[in-house]
Amino acid sequence: MMKNSLSLQTISRIAVFIILLFSVYFLFAGHNNPGGGFIGGLMAASALVLLYLSFGTKKINKVIRINFPYLIATGLLIAMATGVISVIFGYPFLTQFYEYFHFPLLGKAGLATALLFDAGVFLVVIGVTILVILTIAEDDD
Amino acid sequence: MNNLLLLPVVIPMFIGVILIFFVKNIRVQRAISVIGSLALLIASVYLAFAAYESNSQVLTLELGNWQAPFGIVLVGDMLATLLVALAGIVGLFSLLFAFQSIGEEREKSYFYSFFFFLLTGVNGAFLTGDLFNLFVFFEVMLISSYVLIVHGGTKFQLRESFKYMVINMVASIFFLVGVAYIYAVTGTLNMADLAEKVGVIGQDGMLNVIAIIFLIVFAMKGAFFPLYFWLPNAYAGPPAVVTALFAALLTKVGIYSIFRSFTLIFIHDREFTHTIILILAGLTMIFGVLGALSQFNINRILNFQIISQVGFMALGIGLYSPLAIAASVYYIVHDIIIKAALFFTAGATEKVAGTSDLKKMSGLLKTHPWLGWLFFITAMSFVGIPPLSGFFGKFGLVLGGIEVGTTLAYILVAVVLLVSLLNLLSMMRIFMKAFWGEKNDTEPKITNKQSIGLLRPIIPLVALSIVLGLGSEPAFQYALAIADQILDPSIYIDAVLSGK
Amino acid sequence: MEILMVLLVGLIFTVATYLVLTKSLLRVVLGLVLFSHGAHTLILTMGGLGTGDAPILGASETYTDPLPQALILTAIVISFGVTAFLLVMAYRTYKVHKTDDLDQLRGSSDE
Repeated sequence: MMKNSLSLQTISRIAVFIILLFSVYFLFAGHNNPGGGFIGGLMAASALVLLYLSFGTKKINKVIRINFPYLIATGLLIAMATGVISVIFGYPFLTQFYEYFHFPLLGKAGLATALLFDAGVFLVVIGVTILVILTIAEDDD
Repeated sequence: MNNLLLLPVVIPMFIGVILIFFVKNIRVQRAISVIGSLALLIASVYLAFAAYESNSQVLTLELGNWQAPFGIVLVGDMLATLLVALAGIVGLFSLLFAFQSIGEEREKSYFYSFFFFLLTGVNGAFLTGDLFNLFVFFEVMLISSYVLIVHGGTKFQLRESFKYMVINMVASIFFLVGVAYIYAVTGTLNMADLAEKVGVIGQDGMLNVIAIIFLIVFAMKGAFFPLYFWLPNAYAGPPAVVTALFAALLTKVGIYSIFRSFTLIFIHDREFTHTIILILAGLTMIFGVLGALSQFNINRILNFQIISQVGFMALGIGLYSPLAIAASVYYIVHDIIIKAALFFTAGATEKVAGTSDLKKMSGLLKTHPWLGWLFFITAMSFVGIPPLSGFFGKFGLVLGGIEVGTTLAYILVAVVLLVSLLNLLSMMRIFMKAFWGEKNDTEPKITNKQSIGLLRPIIPLVALSIVLGLGSEPAFQYALAIADQILDPSIYIDAVLSGK
Repeated sequence: MEILMVLLVGLIFTVATYLVLTKSLLRVVLGLVLFSHGAHTLILTMGGLGTGDAPILGASETYTDPLPQALILTAIVISFGVTAFLLVMAYRTYKVHKTDDLDQLRGSSDE
């Protein structure tokens, strides 16, 4: 790992949050616009990778205590659950539902069960990407 | 619409995901996986039964409520559901065998999760009615197989798994290329729709090229001549239970895909395509068995035997008569069961002797009679000694070949008989070297009593093979019904495209 | 345009084939990555390179075909996962065998 690189650390402190926010935007935009769980997940993962790069894996591991395999499993469960919900209501597997709701402050917005599925994908992609990169990174003996 | 069709895909996936959470707790993992595979078995057997009951109707499920040619459909005809049920059976017993043999370290590193993901992919590939979805399930299955084959990470495993992966990735790319071409020509990827459109367009040069691309892909997965070269080494690395699972199911998925595409889609130029399949089947049998005869390692002999058996199963499609296809279906059923049993016994033998080299084994029958005789029955059933199940599959193939009556068919009948004889020779050689004869001075690694635990999952499989052999009359009727169903593609097409 | 794309795919496949047949582990991996890129481009091309609008009912007269894009996205995700796994495995193989020369990784003995 490289020594303290001040400019990288300072910039990534800010950039990470922007990227994370942008990735969440992508997740929500994914239904009708370019975006989606996979792209959003990759972007969030890239934000995390930026953190690992600038501060080193040991430091960040103390901050981010996520068990990534569990994250993958949770994401898969969410994605599967969205499919199974439609089975419970008597529709074929993975049938998606779409409804407009009125939210305070936000106004009228469309919500689809596809979003939940995408959220699952989002988690899986983050988990897989970080897991792969950490596996290689932590193996320098 | 029939959401039941989903169960064989969703149950193993769900179990696989749940198991990730309990990765460090072996007892919980074992309990969940046994319950899961029992549920899977019950669901898939019920499905097979339902598909048999509604004989002329095929069960379909349009995923996401998208209508048939546009969305993805799951199709459960008799062949698919039968294979799913068999996958359930083999899955359950493999699991039981894994408890005995796999070792704590592997259990703690996601072995069971990937075991179930593999079953997800296999079942999905059997049930799907969409060409691209077949690719996706192939990948689910292959990725799990990559993990399982390298699991444990010994030197030999890593080296061979890398090659296995590269070859399978190239095959996957070919699959994508085939998908792209067929989409360009027909504008659809739904298998029923494809069958109809290929019939309308007429299977000319372009579609023949596509057919051969798909044949190459599936032949690579199914280990046909000349694309089998990856198999013997790759399968020699992982523990016996993984090899058994691969031998029983993975190659069958390749063969099933050939069954599907060459009895449904590419059936209009049989002179060309099915003749190629016939020739490949013959060569696969011969080269497989010759490979087996050249080896002195029990695992490697059996790996080559996988290849030679693939030829028998492909033969039915090439002959393309009801009797031959029924015999092929029967043979697939027999082979799934007996391959699992055979690799389990080989694994147990290796555990007992501490080596898989035949030259270093001798006289195990004296110390481990159960293992020895179990291997003997399995091997006899495998070779096709009546009244065990292997005989009737081969008998049907021979009759089917004579019935077809072309010169090539007669040659292949001769090949079947010759290869069966050589199979017998190679299996007897294992039996003579490892079990018969004088006890040599090496001490067995585990005693007879300890080996009984390993044998327990094998006995039901062998019993199943005996039942299949003794009850071959009803079993063959069932296979004939399947053959009738898949030889009349309109049943499949109507069921999918009417969408009811 | 389609002809040009097909030629490009051919070129990519040629390079990929060359790389897969080389002796270095990493180059083989790169070759496979290129292979999948070629296949994805091929799917896109085979769907027809139209210039229509987004495929929403009633929005336009001419649509572009959405299916190839959906297929490619799926294929990309899959090849992403497989390539990641392959890289890790190639790395482990290199570590354990202490060589990335495929010539030295030959043979069939169990060691």
